[in-house]
Amino acid sequence: MSDNRDKEQGLGNESSAGAGGGAGAGLGVGTGTVASTHQRRTPAPPAGRLIDSPPFPAAAARLIGNQTLRANMRHATHTIRAKRAKVAAELPNWEQLRQAGAQIKDRLGRHLDYYLEQLEANLIANGAQVHWAADADEANRIIIELVKAQDVDEVVKIKSMVTQEIEMNEALEAAGIAAWETDLAELIVQLGHDRPSNILVPAIHRNRDEVREIFLREMKLYGKPAPEDLDNEPAHLAAAARAHLREKFLRAKVAISGANFCVADTGTLVIVESEGNGRMCLTLPDVLISVTGIEKLVPTVEDLEVMLQLLPRSSTGERMNPYTSMWTGVTPGDGPQEVHVVLLDNGRSRVLADPEGRAALRCIRCAACMHSCPVYERVGGHAYGSVYPGPIGAILSPQLRGINDAVDKSLPFASTLCGACAEVCPVKIPIPDILVHLRHRIVEEVKRKHLGLERFLMGVAGWAMARGRRFGRLGKLAGVARRLTGREYLRRLPGPAHNWTRARDLRMPPKQSFRSWWKKEHG
Amino acid sequence: MPDKPKITPKVAIFATCINDVMFPETVIATVQLLERLGCTVEFPVEQSCCGQMFTNTGYFREGLGCVRSYVEAFSGYEYIVGPSGSCVTAVRDQHPMLAAQSGDAGLAAAVDDVVRHSYELTEFLCDVLEVEDVGAVFAHKVTYHLTCHSLRFARLGERPLRLMSKVRGLELIELEGFDQCCGFGGTFCVKNPDVSADMASCKAGYAVDTGAEYLVSLDNACLLNIGGVLHRAGSSLKPIHLAEILACGEGGL
Repeated sequence: MSDNRDKEQGLGNESSAGAGGGAGAGLGVGTGTVASTHQRRTPAPPAGRLIDSPPFPAAAARLIGNQTLRANMRHATHTIRAKRAKVAAELPNWEQLRQAGAQIKDRLGRHLDYYLEQLEANLIANGAQVHWAADADEANRIIIELVKAQDVDEVVKIKSMVTQEIEMNEALEAAGIAAWETDLAELIVQLGHDRPSNILVPAIHRNRDEVREIFLREMKLYGKPAPEDLDNEPAHLAAAARAHLREKFLRAKVAISGANFCVADTGTLVIVESEGNGRMCLTLPDVLISVTGIEKLVPTVEDLEVMLQLLPRSSTGERMNPYTSMWTGVTPGDGPQEVHVVLLDNGRSRVLADPEGRAALRCIRCAACMHSCPVYERVGGHAYGSVYPGPIGAILSPQLRGINDAVDKSLPFASTLCGACAEVCPVKIPIPDILVHLRHRIVEEVKRKHLGLERFLMGVAGWAMARGRRFGRLGKLAGVARRLTGREYLRRLPGPAHNWTRARDLRMPPKQSFRSWWKKEHG
Repeated sequence: MPDKPKITPKVAIFATCINDVMFPETVIATVQLLERLGCTVEFPVEQSCCGQMFTNTGYFREGLGCVRSYVEAFSGYEYIVGPSGSCVTAVRDQHPMLAAQSGDAGLAAAVDDVVRHSYELTEFLCDVLEVEDVGAVFAHKVTYHLTCHSLRFARLGERPLRLMSKVRGLELIELEGFDQCCGFGGTFCVKNPDVSADMASCKAGYAVDTGAEYLVSLDNACLLNIGGVLHRAGSSLKPIHLAEILACGEGGL
């Protein structure tokens, strides 16, 4: 309940998205952590670490008053929500596909050790090199060594959530290596000194005027400038990005990607994308490094039949994504001649060990849950203080990071449990159930440490509700309260209950409960 | 002519705690409606609450008393009917989980049995009694908010609309964003007050825009939330539970 004080301080003090700092910047996460001892190669992201973000209610209270953000988010989420619903409804076997998707991922989880070794063997047999990383630091060390071995100081990147998760760009920057984002939205985020606010549409919180401003201000500092007469037409903005990125594609010796799927029985990695920047990264450079979470496997190539129907329809609302790239190790004379795959755990084994929470690992990163969420729609992704925002973020981030920090203890409560997310999830993750499970874990942890007002009230209420007759007798007190106040509605409640009356009146109970009526009429 | 119920069984009414204390008129209407349809209604006094306030806030142990009192009150009844999609869902979806977590095998078995006999009101009317026209008269403009638990958890589907379509004089006006959450969310409304208030205001705004006289739903907790915003704004739009409309005969409210 102490969250509320933080929130009131934050109310109404932000009227527009700061152009340079971005909506996610300065959420009270401290300053000065970005090293200033060396000349940066790439735009600096907001200061501070995501894990130090304020709890969700405080961040949400600040962001919900940002009218530009609200308008951008509402427009984008409603548009993509409608597109998804339309294309999902086209398939008569959509529910069977979802069921199959869930079962494929569950099978993977049950035999993850087997499929990982199968993938490794097939990758090696096809000329790729496999690296295992237990956590973010180990993954970054491996990647930096691989890049340095090529004697280069820059790489091009395909949009990848896992590289965001391990904060790879900043690790490379600290090692003197510039990582250039080539996905249009990631480019907007990078040049905007910002953080992604959505796993599919990283710049969903930006409108085209903001994008134009960012391109005009920043492109010239990091490569080919934007045309001076750049307007806010999407085609012109895309053309400016294309021209800016082209020289980086043609220069790059090393590309870094994630993977949407890794097929265990063939050793094939899959990237689905819309812009072709991924295809450029996967084919032009000599060296390709792909980082992937160990939950991104599918057992067989047949499983792609299911996943490649579920993902584009659930994410961008398209029947098929424009570019699907698949590669199996090295193909002599064609594409990268040195292929590395970094398999990352970073908390995933721990998630898999929790029978109630493990279904979160089914996630194929489509973002349908975000786009359907009425809470996310109002505050955007930055309120969640994690790389994975929205409903999936609220169950995945606390599990991956361990429920230790204030933000992770707040995320499972950042939902009304309305169930809109579970309804659209292509792999049927029971998000509301897992939210409740994590709330229970958090409450149990709190109980071990201290009493607190909430625990006290819940204990008293639990006692009162445990016997129907007891509840009936206590229920009469409500009627007494009505007689004493003499009012039908209350306008202001004390303490934490004022969180209700700040925005709405409270209807008072009538003088006679149903139970009393029944006793009089039927008793 | 109203539909003739297929059967007229004995029904145990699950009032739910919020309706018992805050909205007795809804439960009284449910009793009157079921009696008018020929059912025999009983009210087992050992009942208290579905416990979802505890469960959904993470207090599983505190919610266990509600599970036990539900079993104690309703064991042995063939038909248990509650006028709330949310509370009935909590019983059906969460009581088995809470009982299993408690490690009490006897309780788990008793819960499994009692849960199978638990119905939300419109399910009971449409699926068990097999009626749509319950003889109701309600000559007013209404708009309908689909509550999340009615829609996505209890999966009531078209049942409420079928029942409303047979109410004489009732004019239904579609609510924009009818399937969007009102922002109540149990303790969400105090833990995340800003987002909750914004969602409630949005919902109330759309409801007022319909020009309806009544905002109808199957969950009074949601109506407490939206109604609080409406009252603060001085709106004349009145929240009402569907049971109260269905119980209305000639002469109206």
